[in-house]
Amino acid sequence: MANISAVLYLVAAVLFILALKGLSSPVTALRGNKFGIIGMVIAVVTTFMIMDKPVLGLIAAAIVAGAVIGGWKARTVEMTGMPELVAAMHSLVGLSAVLIAVAAIFHSGVEHTGVQKVELFIGAFIGAITFTASVIAYGKLSGRFGSKAVSFNGQHLLNLVLALAMVGFGIAYFVTDSHAAFLAMVAIALVLGVTLIIPIGGADMPVVVSMLNSYSGWAAAGIGFTLNNPVLIIAGACVGSSGAILSYIMCKAMNRSIVSVLLGGFGAESGGAGPAGDTGPKNYKSGSAEDAAFLMSNADSVVIVPGYGLAVSRAQHALQEFAELLHEKGVTVRYAIHPVAGRMPGHMNVLLAEAEVPYEQVLEMEEINSDFNNTDVVLVIGANDVVNPAAQKDKASPIYGMPILEAHKARTVIVVKRSMSVGYAGLDNELFYMDKTMMVFGDAKKVVEDLVKGVVH
Amino acid sequence: MVDPFIASLTVFVLAVFVGYHVVWNVTPALHTPLMAVTNAISGIIIVGAMLQVVDINGSEITLTSVLGTIGIFLASINIFGGFMVTQRMLDMFKKKKK
Repeated sequence: MANISAVLYLVAAVLFILALKGLSSPVTALRGNKFGIIGMVIAVVTTFMIMDKPVLGLIAAAIVAGAVIGGWKARTVEMTGMPELVAAMHSLVGLSAVLIAVAAIFHSGVEHTGVQKVELFIGAFIGAITFTASVIAYGKLSGRFGSKAVSFNGQHLLNLVLALAMVGFGIAYFVTDSHAAFLAMVAIALVLGVTLIIPIGGADMPVVVSMLNSYSGWAAAGIGFTLNNPVLIIAGACVGSSGAILSYIMCKAMNRSIVSVLLGGFGAESGGAGPAGDTGPKNYKSGSAEDAAFLMSNADSVVIVPGYGLAVSRAQHALQEFAELLHEKGVTVRYAIHPVAGRMPGHMNVLLAEAEVPYEQVLEMEEINSDFNNTDVVLVIGANDVVNPAAQKDKASPIYGMPILEAHKARTVIVVKRSMSVGYAGLDNELFYMDKTMMVFGDAKKVVEDLVKGVVH
Repeated sequence: MVDPFIASLTVFVLAVFVGYHVVWNVTPALHTPLMAVTNAISGIIIVGAMLQVVDINGSEITLTSVLGTIGIFLASINIFGGFMVTQRMLDMFKKKKK
Protein backbone atom coordinates (compact mmCIF):
# COMPACT_ATOMS: atom_id res chain seq x y z
CA MET A 1 0.00 0.00 0.00
CA ALA A 2 2.73 2.44 0.96
CA ASN A 3 4.50 1.73 -2.31
CA ILE A 4 1.38 2.22 -4.40
CA SER A 5 0.66 5.55 -2.74
CA ALA A 6 4.27 6.66 -3.21
CA VAL A 7 4.06 5.88 -6.92
CA LEU A 8 0.75 7.74 -7.23
CA TYR A 9 2.24 10.78 -5.46
CA LEU A 10 5.10 10.64 -7.93
CA VAL A 11 2.63 10.62 -10.83
CA ALA A 12 0.87 13.65 -9.33
CA ALA A 13 4.18 15.50 -8.96
CA VAL A 14 5.13 14.79 -12.58
CA LEU A 15 1.72 16.08 -13.70
CA PHE A 16 2.31 19.33 -11.78
CA ILE A 17 5.65 19.77 -13.53
CA LEU A 18 3.94 19.15 -16.89
CA ALA A 19 1.36 21.80 -15.96
CA LEU A 20 4.15 24.34 -15.61
CA LYS A 21 5.93 23.08 -18.70
CA GLY A 22 2.75 23.55 -20.76
CA LEU A 23 2.93 27.29 -20.17
CA SER A 24 5.88 27.59 -22.55
CA SER A 25 3.29 28.31 -25.26
CA PRO A 26 -0.41 29.23 -25.32
CA VAL A 27 -1.03 26.20 -27.53
CA THR A 28 0.08 23.68 -24.91
CA ALA A 29 -0.98 25.68 -21.86
CA LEU A 30 -4.57 24.49 -21.73
CA ARG A 31 -3.49 20.86 -21.82
CA GLY A 32 -0.96 21.65 -19.09
CA ASN A 33 -3.69 23.07 -16.90
CA LYS A 34 -5.65 19.82 -17.29
CA PHE A 35 -2.58 17.85 -16.26
CA GLY A 36 -2.40 20.00 -13.15
CA ILE A 37 -6.03 19.28 -12.29
CA ILE A 38 -5.56 15.53 -12.79
CA GLY A 39 -2.44 15.64 -10.63
CA MET A 40 -4.36 17.33 -7.83
CA VAL A 41 -7.18 14.77 -8.00
CA ILE A 42 -4.67 11.90 -7.85
CA ALA A 43 -2.88 13.48 -4.88
CA VAL A 44 -6.12 13.97 -2.92
CA VAL A 45 -7.46 10.48 -3.67
CA THR A 46 -4.13 8.90 -2.75
CA THR A 47 -4.16 10.75 0.55
CA PHE A 48 -7.59 9.29 1.32
CA MET A 49 -6.18 5.85 0.63
CA ILE A 50 -3.33 6.18 3.13
CA MET A 51 -5.31 7.90 5.88
CA ASP A 52 -6.06 5.98 9.02
CA LYS A 53 -9.66 6.64 10.13
CA PRO A 54 -10.32 9.90 8.25
CA VAL A 55 -13.25 12.05 9.35
CA LEU A 56 -14.93 12.03 5.94
CA GLY A 57 -17.77 14.43 6.78
CA LEU A 58 -15.47 17.24 7.82
CA ILE A 59 -13.11 16.75 4.88
CA ALA A 60 -15.87 16.65 2.28
CA ALA A 61 -17.66 19.67 3.72
CA ALA A 62 -14.44 21.71 3.73
CA ILE A 63 -13.62 20.79 0.14
CA VAL A 64 -17.12 21.63 -1.09
CA ALA A 65 -17.15 24.96 0.72
CA GLY A 66 -13.72 25.84 -0.71
CA ALA A 67 -14.83 24.81 -4.20
CA VAL A 68 -17.89 27.07 -4.04
CA ILE A 69 -15.92 30.13 -2.92
CA GLY A 70 -12.91 29.48 -5.17
CA GLY A 71 -15.08 28.79 -8.19
CA TRP A 72 -17.15 31.90 -7.62
CA LYS A 73 -14.04 34.09 -7.30
CA ALA A 74 -12.48 32.56 -10.41
CA ARG A 75 -15.56 33.28 -12.50
CA THR A 76 -16.21 36.81 -11.29
CA VAL A 77 -12.76 38.36 -10.87
CA GLU A 78 -11.94 41.21 -13.26
CA MET A 79 -8.66 40.79 -15.11
CA THR A 80 -7.47 44.11 -13.68
CA GLY A 81 -8.06 42.54 -10.25
CA MET A 82 -5.78 39.54 -10.83
CA PRO A 83 -2.92 40.89 -8.67
CA GLU A 84 -5.26 41.18 -5.67
CA LEU A 85 -6.69 37.71 -6.24
CA VAL A 86 -3.23 36.20 -6.49
CA ALA A 87 -2.10 37.99 -3.32
CA ALA A 88 -5.21 36.76 -1.51
CA MET A 89 -4.52 33.20 -2.60
CA HIS A 90 -0.92 33.40 -1.33
CA SER A 91 -2.28 34.40 2.05
CA LEU A 92 -4.51 31.31 2.11
CA VAL A 93 -1.57 28.98 1.48
CA GLY A 94 0.37 30.72 4.24
CA LEU A 95 -2.49 30.44 6.70
CA SER A 96 -3.07 26.77 5.89
CA ALA A 97 0.60 26.06 6.50
CA VAL A 98 0.35 27.69 9.92
CA LEU A 99 -2.84 25.80 10.80
CA ILE A 100 -1.34 22.48 9.73
CA ALA A 101 1.80 23.07 11.78
CA VAL A 102 -0.23 24.02 14.87
CA ALA A 103 -2.56 21.06 14.30
CA ALA A 104 0.46 18.76 14.14
CA ILE A 105 1.88 20.21 17.36
CA PHE A 106 -1.39 19.52 19.19
CA HIS A 107 -1.79 16.09 17.59
CA SER A 108 -1.83 13.98 20.76
CA GLY A 109 -0.06 10.67 20.57
CA VAL A 110 2.41 11.82 17.90
CA GLU A 111 5.97 12.30 19.11
CA HIS A 112 8.00 14.69 16.97
CA THR A 113 11.68 14.03 16.51
CA GLY A 114 14.24 16.82 16.70
CA VAL A 115 14.42 17.17 12.92
CA GLN A 116 10.63 17.27 12.64
CA LYS A 117 10.46 20.03 15.22
CA VAL A 118 12.84 22.15 13.17
CA GLU A 119 10.78 21.42 10.06
CA LEU A 120 7.55 22.38 11.83
CA PHE A 121 9.19 25.59 13.00
CA ILE A 122 10.32 26.48 9.47
CA GLY A 123 6.99 25.58 7.84
CA ALA A 124 5.04 27.57 10.43
CA PHE A 125 7.11 30.72 10.36
CA ILE A 126 7.34 30.93 6.56
CA GLY A 127 3.60 30.29 6.43
CA ALA A 128 2.86 32.96 9.02
CA ILE A 129 5.00 35.60 7.29
CA THR A 130 3.44 34.70 3.92
CA PHE A 131 -0.03 35.02 5.43
CA THR A 132 0.16 38.49 6.96
CA ALA A 133 2.50 39.89 4.28
CA SER A 134 0.06 38.77 1.58
CA VAL A 135 -2.86 40.30 3.44
CA ILE A 136 -1.01 43.64 3.50
CA ALA A 137 -0.03 43.26 -0.17
CA TYR A 138 -3.67 42.52 -0.99
CA GLY A 139 -4.73 45.64 0.92
CA LYS A 140 -2.19 47.81 -0.89
CA LEU A 141 -3.10 46.42 -4.32
CA SER A 142 -6.83 46.79 -3.84
CA GLY A 143 -6.40 50.30 -2.48
CA ARG A 144 -7.87 49.40 0.91
CA PHE A 145 -4.73 50.32 2.89
CA GLY A 146 -3.23 52.97 0.60
CA SER A 147 -0.20 52.02 -1.45
CA LYS A 148 2.24 54.41 0.21
CA ALA A 149 5.38 53.01 1.76
CA VAL A 150 5.31 53.28 5.55
CA SER A 151 8.70 53.88 7.07
CA PHE A 152 9.89 54.98 10.47
CA ASN A 153 13.14 55.15 12.37
CA GLY A 154 14.47 51.90 13.70
CA GLN A 155 12.35 49.89 11.30
CA HIS A 156 15.12 47.50 10.35
CA LEU A 157 16.22 47.18 13.97
CA LEU A 158 12.66 46.28 14.95
CA ASN A 159 12.56 43.59 12.27
CA LEU A 160 15.87 42.20 13.48
CA VAL A 161 14.67 42.09 17.08
CA LEU A 162 11.45 40.37 16.03
CA ALA A 163 13.34 37.83 13.95
CA LEU A 164 15.69 37.05 16.84
CA ALA A 165 12.76 36.71 19.26
CA MET A 166 11.05 34.39 16.82
CA VAL A 167 14.11 32.16 16.57
CA GLY A 168 14.48 32.33 20.36
CA PHE A 169 10.96 30.98 20.92
CA GLY A 170 11.65 28.39 18.26
CA ILE A 171 14.66 27.17 20.22
CA ALA A 172 12.61 27.23 23.42
CA TYR A 173 10.04 25.01 21.73
CA PHE A 174 12.77 22.69 20.49
CA VAL A 175 14.25 22.26 23.96
CA THR A 176 11.13 22.23 26.16
CA ASP A 177 8.44 20.98 23.75
CA SER A 178 6.30 23.85 25.05
CA HIS A 179 3.20 24.53 22.95
CA ALA A 180 3.12 28.07 24.28
CA ALA A 181 6.60 28.76 22.91
CA PHE A 182 5.54 27.48 19.51
CA LEU A 183 2.45 29.69 19.48
CA ALA A 184 4.52 32.70 20.58
CA MET A 185 6.88 31.99 17.70
CA VAL A 186 3.95 31.92 15.26
CA ALA A 187 2.54 35.15 16.69
CA ILE A 188 5.85 36.95 16.22
CA ALA A 189 6.14 35.63 12.66
CA LEU A 190 2.66 37.03 11.95
CA VAL A 191 3.77 40.47 13.15
CA LEU A 192 7.00 40.18 11.18
CA GLY A 193 5.00 39.60 7.99
CA VAL A 194 3.38 43.01 8.51
CA THR A 195 6.50 44.94 9.47
CA LEU A 196 8.48 43.48 6.57
CA ILE A 197 5.95 44.54 3.95
CA ILE A 198 4.73 47.98 5.05
CA PRO A 199 7.90 49.85 3.96
CA ILE A 200 7.46 48.64 0.36
CA GLY A 201 5.67 51.09 -1.92
CA GLY A 202 2.98 50.47 -4.51
CA ALA A 203 5.38 50.68 -7.47
CA ASP A 204 7.30 47.69 -6.20
CA MET A 205 4.21 45.52 -5.78
CA PRO A 206 4.94 43.37 -8.87
CA VAL A 207 8.12 42.22 -7.12
CA VAL A 208 6.37 41.67 -3.81
CA VAL A 209 3.58 39.61 -5.34
CA SER A 210 6.14 37.42 -7.11
CA MET A 211 8.15 37.07 -3.93
CA LEU A 212 5.12 36.02 -1.88
CA ASN A 213 4.32 33.53 -4.64
CA SER A 214 7.74 32.06 -3.92
CA TYR A 215 7.21 32.10 -0.13
CA SER A 216 3.89 30.28 -0.45
CA GLY A 217 5.73 27.52 -2.30
CA TRP A 218 8.45 27.27 0.33
CA ALA A 219 5.78 27.12 3.05
CA ALA A 220 4.14 24.15 1.30
CA ALA A 221 7.53 22.46 0.90
CA GLY A 222 8.26 23.06 4.59
CA ILE A 223 5.06 21.27 5.57
CA GLY A 224 6.03 18.50 3.14
CA PHE A 225 9.28 17.99 5.06
CA THR A 226 7.39 17.68 8.34
CA LEU A 227 5.05 15.07 6.92
CA ASN A 228 7.75 13.42 4.77
CA ASN A 229 5.40 13.84 1.88
CA PRO A 230 7.23 13.99 -1.50
CA VAL A 231 4.37 15.47 -3.55
CA LEU A 232 4.16 18.43 -1.17
CA ILE A 233 7.92 18.89 -1.32
CA ILE A 234 8.11 18.71 -5.13
CA ALA A 235 5.10 20.95 -5.76
CA GLY A 236 6.25 23.42 -3.11
CA ALA A 237 9.79 23.54 -4.49
CA CYS A 238 8.56 24.16 -8.05
CA VAL A 239 6.25 26.95 -6.93
CA GLY A 240 9.03 28.39 -4.77
CA SER A 241 11.52 28.56 -7.62
CA SER A 242 8.86 29.87 -9.99
CA GLY A 243 8.13 32.81 -7.71
CA ALA A 244 11.84 33.44 -7.23
CA ILE A 245 12.41 33.60 -10.99
CA LEU A 246 9.48 35.99 -11.46
CA SER A 247 10.83 38.23 -8.68
CA TYR A 248 14.21 38.28 -10.40
CA ILE A 249 12.65 39.15 -13.78
CA MET A 250 10.59 41.96 -12.25
CA CYS A 251 13.60 43.39 -10.40
CA LYS A 252 15.67 43.36 -13.56
CA ALA A 253 12.91 45.06 -15.53
CA MET A 254 12.77 47.87 -12.96
CA ASN A 255 16.53 47.99 -12.50
CA ARG A 256 16.09 47.41 -8.78
CA SER A 257 17.98 44.98 -6.61
CA ILE A 258 15.85 42.63 -4.55
CA VAL A 259 17.57 43.97 -1.44
CA SER A 260 16.59 47.57 -2.14
CA VAL A 261 13.00 46.53 -2.83
CA LEU A 262 12.82 44.66 0.47
CA LEU A 263 14.36 47.48 2.43
CA GLY A 264 11.66 49.62 0.90
CA GLY A 265 11.00 53.28 0.29
CA PHE A 266 10.74 53.46 -3.51
CA GLY A 267 11.40 56.96 -4.74
CA ALA A 268 13.18 57.92 -1.54
CA GLU A 269 16.55 58.08 -3.29
CA SER A 270 15.22 59.99 -6.30
CA GLY A 271 14.15 63.10 -4.42
CA GLY A 272 15.26 66.15 -6.35
CA ALA A 273 17.72 64.31 -8.56
CA GLY A 274 15.67 64.13 -11.75
CA PRO A 275 13.44 66.99 -12.73
CA ALA A 276 15.54 69.62 -10.97
CA GLY A 277 18.31 69.09 -13.55
CA ASP A 278 17.07 71.47 -16.20
CA THR A 279 14.80 74.35 -15.53
CA GLY A 280 12.79 76.65 -17.70
CA PRO A 281 9.85 75.83 -19.94
CA LYS A 282 10.32 73.25 -22.63
CA ASN A 283 8.39 73.12 -25.84
CA TYR A 284 6.20 70.29 -26.87
CA LYS A 285 3.79 69.81 -29.72
CA SER A 286 0.26 68.76 -29.09
CA GLY A 287 -2.35 67.61 -31.54
CA SER A 288 -5.85 66.22 -31.71
CA ALA A 289 -6.87 62.59 -31.85
CA GLU A 290 -7.95 63.22 -35.45
CA ASP A 291 -4.42 64.31 -36.42
CA ALA A 292 -3.07 61.22 -34.72
CA ALA A 293 -5.53 58.96 -36.52
CA PHE A 294 -4.58 60.54 -39.84
CA LEU A 295 -0.88 60.00 -39.20
CA MET A 296 -1.38 56.37 -38.30
CA SER A 297 -3.76 55.57 -41.15
CA ASN A 298 -1.10 56.70 -43.58
CA ALA A 299 1.76 54.84 -41.93
CA ASP A 300 3.16 51.49 -43.01
CA SER A 301 3.88 50.27 -39.51
CA VAL A 302 2.54 51.25 -36.09
CA VAL A 303 3.71 49.97 -32.72
CA ILE A 304 1.42 50.50 -29.74
CA VAL A 305 3.04 50.80 -26.30
CA PRO A 306 0.31 50.25 -23.70
CA GLY A 307 0.80 51.08 -20.03
CA TYR A 308 -1.34 50.42 -17.01
CA GLY A 309 -3.15 53.73 -17.56
CA LEU A 310 -4.80 52.07 -20.55
CA ALA A 311 -6.26 49.32 -18.39
CA VAL A 312 -7.33 51.78 -15.70
CA SER A 313 -9.50 53.67 -18.17
CA ARG A 314 -10.68 50.36 -19.73
CA ALA A 315 -9.66 51.39 -23.21
CA GLN A 316 -8.25 48.04 -24.37
CA HIS A 317 -11.30 47.02 -26.38
CA ALA A 318 -11.56 50.36 -28.15
CA LEU A 319 -7.84 50.22 -28.83
CA GLN A 320 -8.13 46.82 -30.46
CA GLU A 321 -11.01 48.13 -32.58
CA PHE A 322 -8.71 50.95 -33.70
CA ALA A 323 -5.88 48.50 -34.43
CA GLU A 324 -8.20 46.39 -36.57
CA LEU A 325 -9.29 49.45 -38.57
CA LEU A 326 -5.65 50.28 -39.24
CA HIS A 327 -5.03 46.69 -40.19
CA GLU A 328 -7.81 46.88 -42.78
CA LYS A 329 -6.04 49.87 -44.29
CA GLY A 330 -2.93 47.77 -44.72
CA VAL A 331 -1.01 49.12 -41.73
CA THR A 332 1.10 46.64 -39.78
CA VAL A 333 0.07 47.02 -36.14
CA ARG A 334 1.92 45.44 -33.23
CA TYR A 335 1.93 45.87 -29.48
CA ALA A 336 5.12 46.26 -27.44
CA ILE A 337 4.99 45.11 -23.83
CA HIS A 338 7.42 46.16 -21.13
CA PRO A 339 7.74 43.52 -18.38
CA VAL A 340 6.38 45.96 -15.80
CA ALA A 341 3.60 47.36 -17.98
CA GLY A 342 0.96 45.89 -15.67
CA ARG A 343 0.84 45.36 -11.94
CA MET A 344 2.10 41.80 -11.95
CA PRO A 345 4.28 39.75 -14.31
CA GLY A 346 2.48 39.23 -17.63
CA HIS A 347 -0.51 41.31 -16.52
CA MET A 348 -0.69 43.48 -19.65
CA ASN A 349 -0.63 40.39 -21.88
CA VAL A 350 -3.72 39.06 -20.13
CA LEU A 351 -5.48 42.42 -20.35
CA LEU A 352 -4.80 42.55 -24.10
CA ALA A 353 -5.80 38.92 -24.55
CA GLU A 354 -9.09 39.76 -22.86
CA ALA A 355 -9.60 42.48 -25.47
CA GLU A 356 -9.03 39.79 -28.13
CA VAL A 357 -5.72 41.15 -29.34
CA PRO A 358 -4.10 38.30 -31.32
CA TYR A 359 -1.22 36.69 -29.46
CA GLU A 360 1.13 37.04 -32.46
CA GLN A 361 0.77 40.83 -32.48
CA VAL A 362 1.94 41.19 -28.90
CA LEU A 363 5.72 41.36 -28.61
CA GLU A 364 8.02 41.43 -25.61
CA MET A 365 10.61 44.16 -25.13
CA GLU A 366 13.57 42.14 -26.46
CA GLU A 367 11.65 41.07 -29.54
CA ILE A 368 10.51 44.53 -30.60
CA ASN A 369 13.29 46.90 -29.55
CA SER A 370 15.39 46.41 -32.68
CA ASP A 371 12.33 47.20 -34.83
CA PHE A 372 11.62 50.71 -33.56
CA ASN A 373 14.19 52.10 -36.06
CA ASN A 374 11.99 50.95 -38.92
CA THR A 375 8.67 51.92 -37.37
CA ASP A 376 6.70 54.85 -38.75
CA VAL A 377 4.57 55.67 -35.73
CA VAL A 378 4.73 54.62 -32.10
CA LEU A 379 1.58 55.17 -30.09
CA VAL A 380 2.30 55.40 -26.36
CA ILE A 381 -0.83 55.10 -24.19
CA GLY A 382 -0.79 55.35 -20.42
CA ALA A 383 2.94 54.58 -20.20
CA ASN A 384 5.73 56.93 -19.20
CA ASP A 385 8.82 55.68 -17.39
CA VAL A 386 9.13 52.55 -19.56
CA VAL A 387 9.75 54.75 -22.64
CA ASN A 388 11.95 57.35 -20.93
CA PRO A 389 15.23 57.66 -22.87
CA ALA A 390 16.89 59.03 -19.71
CA ALA A 391 17.18 55.41 -18.60
CA GLN A 392 19.75 54.94 -21.36
CA LYS A 393 21.42 58.35 -21.53
CA ASP A 394 21.27 60.20 -18.25
CA LYS A 395 23.60 58.70 -15.66
CA ALA A 396 22.14 61.00 -12.99
CA SER A 397 18.62 59.72 -13.54
CA PRO A 398 17.21 57.43 -10.84
CA ILE A 399 15.98 55.08 -13.53
CA TYR A 400 19.34 54.99 -15.33
CA GLY A 401 20.01 51.41 -16.41
CA MET A 402 16.39 50.35 -16.45
CA PRO A 403 15.63 48.55 -19.71
CA ILE A 404 13.17 50.58 -21.80
CA LEU A 405 11.14 50.28 -24.97
CA GLU A 406 13.09 52.39 -27.46
CA ALA A 407 10.09 54.31 -28.72
CA HIS A 408 12.26 57.40 -29.29
CA LYS A 409 13.92 55.65 -32.25
CA ALA A 410 10.74 55.57 -34.32
CA ARG A 411 10.09 58.17 -37.02
CA THR A 412 7.08 59.66 -35.24
CA VAL A 413 5.91 59.27 -31.66
CA ILE A 414 2.38 59.94 -30.47
CA VAL A 415 1.88 60.06 -26.71
CA VAL A 416 -1.59 59.88 -25.20
CA LYS A 417 -1.55 61.31 -21.71
CA ARG A 418 -3.84 63.11 -19.32
CA SER A 419 -1.46 66.05 -18.86
CA MET A 420 2.26 66.81 -18.78
CA SER A 421 2.54 65.46 -15.22
CA VAL A 422 5.35 63.09 -14.30
CA GLY A 423 5.18 59.29 -13.95
CA TYR A 424 5.53 56.87 -11.05
CA ALA A 425 9.21 57.66 -10.56
CA GLY A 426 8.48 61.40 -10.49
CA LEU A 427 10.60 62.06 -13.56
CA ASP A 428 10.17 64.24 -16.59
CA ASN A 429 10.44 62.45 -19.92
CA GLU A 430 12.43 64.03 -22.76
CA LEU A 431 10.54 61.86 -25.22
CA PHE A 432 7.64 64.27 -24.84
CA TYR A 433 9.75 67.22 -26.02
CA MET A 434 11.32 65.66 -29.11
CA ASP A 435 10.61 67.25 -32.50
CA LYS A 436 9.02 64.08 -33.76
CA THR A 437 6.68 63.70 -30.82
CA MET A 438 3.07 64.74 -30.78
CA MET A 439 1.18 64.83 -27.48
CA VAL A 440 -2.52 64.03 -27.44
CA PHE A 441 -4.04 65.06 -24.14
CA GLY A 442 -7.08 63.46 -22.60
CA ASP A 443 -8.46 60.36 -20.95
CA ALA A 444 -7.10 57.28 -22.69
CA LYS A 445 -10.52 55.82 -23.44
CA LYS A 446 -11.90 59.07 -24.84
CA VAL A 447 -8.83 59.57 -27.02
CA VAL A 448 -8.92 56.02 -28.36
CA GLU A 449 -12.61 56.33 -29.20
CA ASP A 450 -11.79 59.53 -31.08
CA LEU A 451 -8.99 57.70 -32.89
CA VAL A 452 -11.49 55.12 -34.06
CA LYS A 453 -13.77 57.85 -35.40
CA GLY A 454 -10.75 59.54 -37.01
CA VAL A 455 -9.97 56.47 -39.09
CA VAL A 456 -13.53 55.91 -40.21
CA HIS A 457 -13.67 59.40 -41.75
CA MET B 1 18.41 3.06 6.01
CA VAL B 2 18.71 6.68 4.97
CA ASP B 3 17.26 9.21 7.35
CA PRO B 4 13.86 10.37 5.97
CA PHE B 5 15.06 13.95 6.23
CA ILE B 6 17.95 13.26 3.85
CA ALA B 7 15.57 11.53 1.43
CA SER B 8 13.24 14.56 1.58
CA LEU B 9 16.15 16.93 1.13
CA THR B 10 17.28 15.03 -1.98
CA VAL B 11 13.81 15.29 -3.49
CA PHE B 12 13.58 18.96 -2.54
CA VAL B 13 16.89 20.02 -4.08
CA LEU B 14 16.20 18.15 -7.31
CA ALA B 15 12.70 19.63 -7.49
CA VAL B 16 14.10 23.15 -7.11
CA PHE B 17 16.33 22.51 -10.12
CA VAL B 18 13.49 21.05 -12.16
CA GLY B 19 11.24 23.99 -11.25
CA TYR B 20 13.97 26.46 -12.12
CA HIS B 21 14.50 25.06 -15.61
CA VAL B 22 10.85 24.51 -16.40
CA VAL B 23 9.84 28.02 -15.32
CA TRP B 24 12.56 29.77 -17.33
CA ASN B 25 10.94 28.23 -20.40
CA VAL B 26 7.57 29.77 -19.64
CA THR B 27 6.82 32.50 -22.16
CA PRO B 28 6.64 35.96 -20.50
CA ALA B 29 3.20 36.49 -22.03
CA LEU B 30 1.89 33.73 -19.75
CA HIS B 31 3.47 34.87 -16.50
CA THR B 32 0.13 35.84 -14.96
CA PRO B 33 -1.45 32.43 -15.72
CA LEU B 34 1.78 30.91 -14.36
CA MET B 35 1.19 32.65 -11.06
CA ALA B 36 -2.43 31.58 -10.97
CA VAL B 37 -1.58 27.97 -11.68
CA THR B 38 1.19 27.94 -9.08
CA ASN B 39 -1.42 29.23 -6.66
CA ALA B 40 -3.52 26.21 -7.50
CA ILE B 41 -0.55 23.87 -7.23
CA SER B 42 0.45 25.22 -3.84
CA GLY B 43 -3.06 24.18 -2.84
CA ILE B 44 -1.40 20.73 -2.66
CA ILE B 45 -0.94 21.72 0.97
CA ILE B 46 -4.46 20.25 1.25
CA VAL B 47 -2.72 16.87 1.59
CA GLY B 48 -1.03 18.05 4.78
CA ALA B 49 -4.30 19.41 6.11
CA MET B 50 -6.21 16.21 5.31
CA LEU B 51 -3.74 14.11 7.27
CA GLN B 52 -4.71 16.07 10.39
CA VAL B 53 -8.43 15.34 10.06
CA VAL B 54 -8.45 11.87 11.56
CA ASP B 55 -10.10 10.14 14.46
CA ILE B 56 -7.68 10.57 17.37
CA ASN B 57 -8.22 8.12 20.27
CA GLY B 58 -11.91 7.76 19.46
CA SER B 59 -12.77 11.44 19.12
CA GLU B 60 -13.43 13.00 15.75
CA ILE B 61 -13.62 16.61 16.86
CA THR B 62 -10.27 17.68 18.28
CA LEU B 63 -8.28 20.89 18.01
CA THR B 64 -6.12 19.09 15.46
CA SER B 65 -9.01 17.96 13.26
CA VAL B 66 -10.73 21.34 13.39
CA LEU B 67 -7.56 23.23 12.40
CA GLY B 68 -7.00 20.65 9.68
CA THR B 69 -10.53 21.16 8.37
CA ILE B 70 -10.01 24.91 8.12
CA GLY B 71 -6.75 24.20 6.31
CA ILE B 72 -8.58 21.97 3.80
CA PHE B 73 -11.16 24.70 3.24
CA LEU B 74 -8.51 27.36 2.54
CA ALA B 75 -6.46 25.08 0.29
CA SER B 76 -9.58 24.10 -1.69
CA ILE B 77 -10.28 27.76 -2.43
CA ASN B 78 -6.81 27.93 -3.95
CA ILE B 79 -7.15 24.70 -5.88
CA PHE B 80 -10.53 25.43 -7.43
CA GLY B 81 -10.00 29.18 -7.76
CA GLY B 82 -6.48 28.78 -9.15
CA PHE B 83 -7.17 26.15 -11.79
CA MET B 84 -10.43 27.77 -12.88
CA VAL B 85 -9.07 31.28 -13.24
CA THR B 86 -6.05 29.91 -15.12
CA GLN B 87 -8.41 28.13 -17.48
CA ARG B 88 -10.35 31.36 -17.96
CA MET B 89 -7.22 33.31 -18.84
CA LEU B 90 -5.84 30.66 -21.15
CA ASP B 91 -9.15 30.58 -23.02
CA MET B 92 -8.69 34.28 -23.72
CA PHE B 93 -5.30 33.59 -25.26
CA LYS B 94 -6.74 30.86 -27.42
CA LYS B 95 -9.93 32.62 -28.48
CA LYS B 96 -8.28 35.29 -30.54
CA LYS B 97 -6.84 32.78 -32.98
CA LYS B 98 -9.77 33.42 -35.28
